Formats: sequence, structure tokens, C-alpha cells
Amino acid sequence: MKLIFERSVSGRHTDFLPSSDVPVSDLQFAERERPLRLPELPEVEVDRHYTELSHETRGVNGGFYPLGSCTMKYNPAVLEKTAALPGFTGVHPLQADESVQGCLEVMRLTEQMLAEITGMDAMTLQPAAGAHGEFTGLLLIKAWHRSRGDTARNKILVPDSAHGTNPASAAMAGFEVVNIPSDPNGYVDLAELRQHVGADTAGLMLTNPNTVGLFDPNISEITRIVHEAGGLNYYDGANLNAIMGIVRPGDMGFDVVHLNLHKTFATPHGGGGPGSGPVGCKAFLRDFLPGFRAEEKDGSLHRTQAQARVGDVRSFGGNFGVVVKALTYLLSIGREGVPQTAANAVLNANYLMHRLKDVYPMAFDVTCMHEFVITLEKMKEETGVSALDIAKGLIDYGMHPPTMYFPLIVHEALMVEPTETETKETLDAAADAFRKVLEEARANPEEAHHRPLNTRIRRPDEVKAARKPVIRYDFGD
Amino acid sequence: MHFPEELKYTKTHEWVRFTDEGTAYIGITDYAQDQLGDLVFVNLPAAGDDLTAGEPFADVESVKAVSDVNSPVTGTVREVNEDLADAPEKMNEAPYEAWFVLAEGITDQAELMDAQAYEAFVESEG
Repeated sequence: MKLIFERSVSGRHTDFLPSSDVPVSDLQFAERERPLRLPELPEVEVDRHYTELSHETRGVNGGFYPLGSCTMKYNPAVLEKTAALPGFTGVHPLQADESVQGCLEVMRLTEQMLAEITGMDAMTLQPAAGAHGEFTGLLLIKAWHRSRGDTARNKILVPDSAHGTNPASAAMAGFEVVNIPSDPNGYVDLAELRQHVGADTAGLMLTNPNTVGLFDPNISEITRIVHEAGGLNYYDGANLNAIMGIVRPGDMGFDVVHLNLHKTFATPHGGGGPGSGPVGCKAFLRDFLPGFRAEEKDGSLHRTQAQARVGDVRSFGGNFGVVVKALTYLLSIGREGVPQTAANAVLNANYLMHRLKDVYPMAFDVTCMHEFVITLEKMKEETGVSALDIAKGLIDYGMHPPTMYFPLIVHEALMVEPTETETKETLDAAADAFRKVLEEARANPEEAHHRPLNTRIRRPDEVKAARKPVIRYDFGD
Repeated sequence: MHFPEELKYTKTHEWVRFTDEGTAYIGITDYAQDQLGDLVFVNLPAAGDDLTAGEPFADVESVKAVSDVNSPVTGTVREVNEDLADAPEKMNEAPYEAWFVLAEGITDQAELMDAQAYEAFVESEG
């Protein structure tokens, strides 16, 4: 299809823009030497261009999207409706508290509910995404150690099954990262952990269930070891969908958590974001929280700031519209819906795993949580067909491929997370597609290397795209 | 796979070519580039930076992952191969020509193997 610049014809424009209702200022001093080269199209052409583009993308509303570790659940339409209410969209963050009581109530309620689900005492809604939340949480940990004069704690322990963002966030926050290996079952190696904690331990970052879809049975022991060494425990909430309403990070011994509203709480994810990564903490860290919180005083809500706050990590209240959506989701599913969601997510993952495990080798063949990991290492050795080939083959069956080559501790990995929103029929169709693709790849490995066969773009040259990216339109001059 | 005789190798798959006792070129091995796949980016240190044997001094990015590159020696960066920034494919095509840095003032080194020992090590890893 054409780029929007290629559809542009000089002089074309749309007449539907309103005329200016503010006085025109003379900004000649700031005038550009030459006009911006923007595409010139009538509105109908713009509409058609983006509609066509939208048909070329893949979303949860287009089909099964089992992207492991991403919780690509369906985003109910009612969330868009509440987020678009004029009381939420027509306000300005600098308005006085008394004129935005409804917005503040949304923030307070959301904070209360998320704190209850995670077992935390207070929360900031300011971080804009998961990794941003990690960074914020680590700033809390750092500030707490410093406030006690404990400046020698400069190391963050990260298991090797962690999301890549964990070590990156720790390094960004000025910590040294210590890698803790997993044991053969995919759990944190306790002996290694004991060996690495000490007077320089600032904290541990852990995702539980972890990135191979397993709940670490030693979690209480793990957090105790870190606490006894004087460190704090950070919970990466990426996989909260498997446990919410069933067990709380705060009860597992965690002091700080971040959540991904765009995963667990059904707000749009990826290109459809923006995201939101609230950070919760235990009471002793409340005083370091960034931004503001909505608190009740004398019968109305006020924005209050913590005494020793680490500073704003984003402007104003964060991605407020996303918070409205998450609250809508929580109120829609209700108290009973929260654990039901987790239970169904786990059930769906186990069902799909069981429908596949006689032909697809599982990295860990045990009851999984919300996701499971396939390893095609042997298949690659025997036939040359890789995890990539299978993932590309699934596209021919109308599925978005699962996550590939992650976690790094599993070779030729495919990581599948169906989420609770899929029906049994969808899971059965997906299982059939998985089995068919594998069968066809065994029969014809050469063809498998060239899949997908039915898409407009077959296999983009990812290497060339990374080495020699074309990121600007070439006007030819 | 090719492991030139005149180079020394680390267990983390870097090669080092001493030009004299205190100076050496450093890069990644044929095995490393093969395992990493097509490399698309390299993050290099600057001239004058310190190198510590066994510690990361650069990182390379493939389509799959980002990996640290450890220094085989303790010393200082005299020169950086800026060409790699524009042509990361050189690390795949000619790993022993695609040096990362020239180190000088070398005072210490990591555990280094000769070509035969490294080849045996790679086989035991595979």
C-alpha cells in the first residue's frame, strides 16, 4: 500500500477544521525558513489510508493473540466509553481540587482496590508503563536505604529468568546487577541466593509466577533470605493475572510492586496503549512515593504529596485515562471476578498445554500458571525447523504467534499465554493450528522456512531493518 | 568454525591478539558470532576508558538479544574500531578482523586459552 506522503497532492486539504477562536498573534520572529512538508490530503483520503493500515495490523479483536508474558486479554468496549466521559476528558490537571472531585475519586478508588489486590498500603499511579514502574520502585528502595544512612547497599539481585527490563531498570537506577541462576526446575536457586545476599544487597527483583509460567514454591523463603540480609523485595507484576485475588505479593514478603494496567487490568497494550504502571508499597515506604495521591480530608478529596518523595517520574497524575479504564474493568468484574479471572487464565493455559504436549515438548512439564513454554531445540537439531518457523507458520492459520526466544534460559522457546478471555472453541482451534503447523513442518521443512505463505508481507528482513533502518520519508531531494 | 592459532581466547568467547606484552586487539570469536546470530548494533567504549579483565566493556545486539562482551585484559582503551558502528555485519562476516578496541597498558589478564584448548572448550559447550 502507499505511504501517506505518496497519496499527498500539493494544495489538497480538508475544510472541516474549525476557524480560530483566539486572537491571531504575529509570530514572524519564529517563522520557519521553509514550510513543513506535511502530507496534503482531503479528510476522506486520510480516513481511507488509516482504515487500510488498520486492516494490515493484528489485534486481539482480530483473532487469538497468545503473546506470552504480555497478557493480551480482550479490552472490553465499555472501558472506552467511561474513559471518554466529558468529566474525565474535559478537565485540566491544574484545576483546583474542588473542581475535579470525580477524577480524584477515581484515583483514590483505583489505588485502594489495587493496594488490596497486591497487599500493599499505598500506591502511586504516576508511572506510565511497567519498566517505568520498576525504575520508580527501585528509586523507593534506594531512597529508603539512604534515609537510614545505609549507603553501602548498591546491588540488586535478579534471577536469570527475569524480564530483560529488570536488570535494565536496576542499572538505570544506579545499582549493580547480580544475576541469580535458576535451579533445574526453573525456580530460584536458594543456595545461590544465600551466597549472594549480604551487606551490599539493596534488594531482589522477582516475577512470580516467573517467566516460565511457574509459581515459585519457595517464595516465602526467598523473601525471608533477602529481608534477613537487610534488603527489600520487589515484585514485578507482569504476571499478576495468574494470581490476583488468590494470593497477594504483600503476603509473600514483597515490599514494593508494580502493576501493568495494560496487561492485567484490560487496558490496551502495545501500539494501542498508552500503558500505566502503578507502583505500590508497604507503609514504611509511603513517604517516598512520587507525584501525588488523592486523600480525603474534611469531607472532600485533596491531592497530597509525600514528604520525602523521590520526585515526579511523570507529569501530573500519570496516564489518567488508562486509570479510568482499569477502574471500570475492576468495577465490572467485581470482587468475585478478580480471582475468577486468574483461575480461568490458569485453566486456559493448562488446557492448551495439555492439548499440545504429546507433540510439542514442554520446557517444564508440570502444571503451569497462566502461560507455558515450549522448547523446539530437538526439532531444530533433527529437521532444521526452528521456533521462528513454527511461529511464522501459525500466522497462516490466522493466529498471532506466541512470544519467541524468550525466556532466554529456554532454547528455541515459544511462550504461550492464552488469557482468560478465550473460549474453549478458540483454544481448540488454536491447538489444531499448532498441531497442523508442526505436522506440515515435519513433512516439508523447506516450506516451513518460507512461511507465512498467505500474508501480503512474508518475512521482513529484520536484520536489514535493524542495521539500515529507513525511518524518514525520502522526498527525493 | 575457525580459530586462528595466533590468538588467545576466553571462556566467554572473546579473542585477544597481543601486539606486544602491554598492547592487544580484542574482539569476539567465530563461535560467539555464530551463536548470537546476525549482529545489528555494537555499543563500544571510548578511548581512554579503563578495561578490567573479566568485566563487560561493550555490548552487542542481535535480532534476538543483547549480550555483554567481557574484556580479556585489564588496561586502557587506546583506540576504538568506529567502523563497526556503521557496519556491524563485519562482526559476523570477519570476526577476527572486526576488532572492537586496541588495549594498552595491560597489567592483568583473564584466564586465556590457546586455539586448541578453546576449540575443545567450544565443543564441550555445544
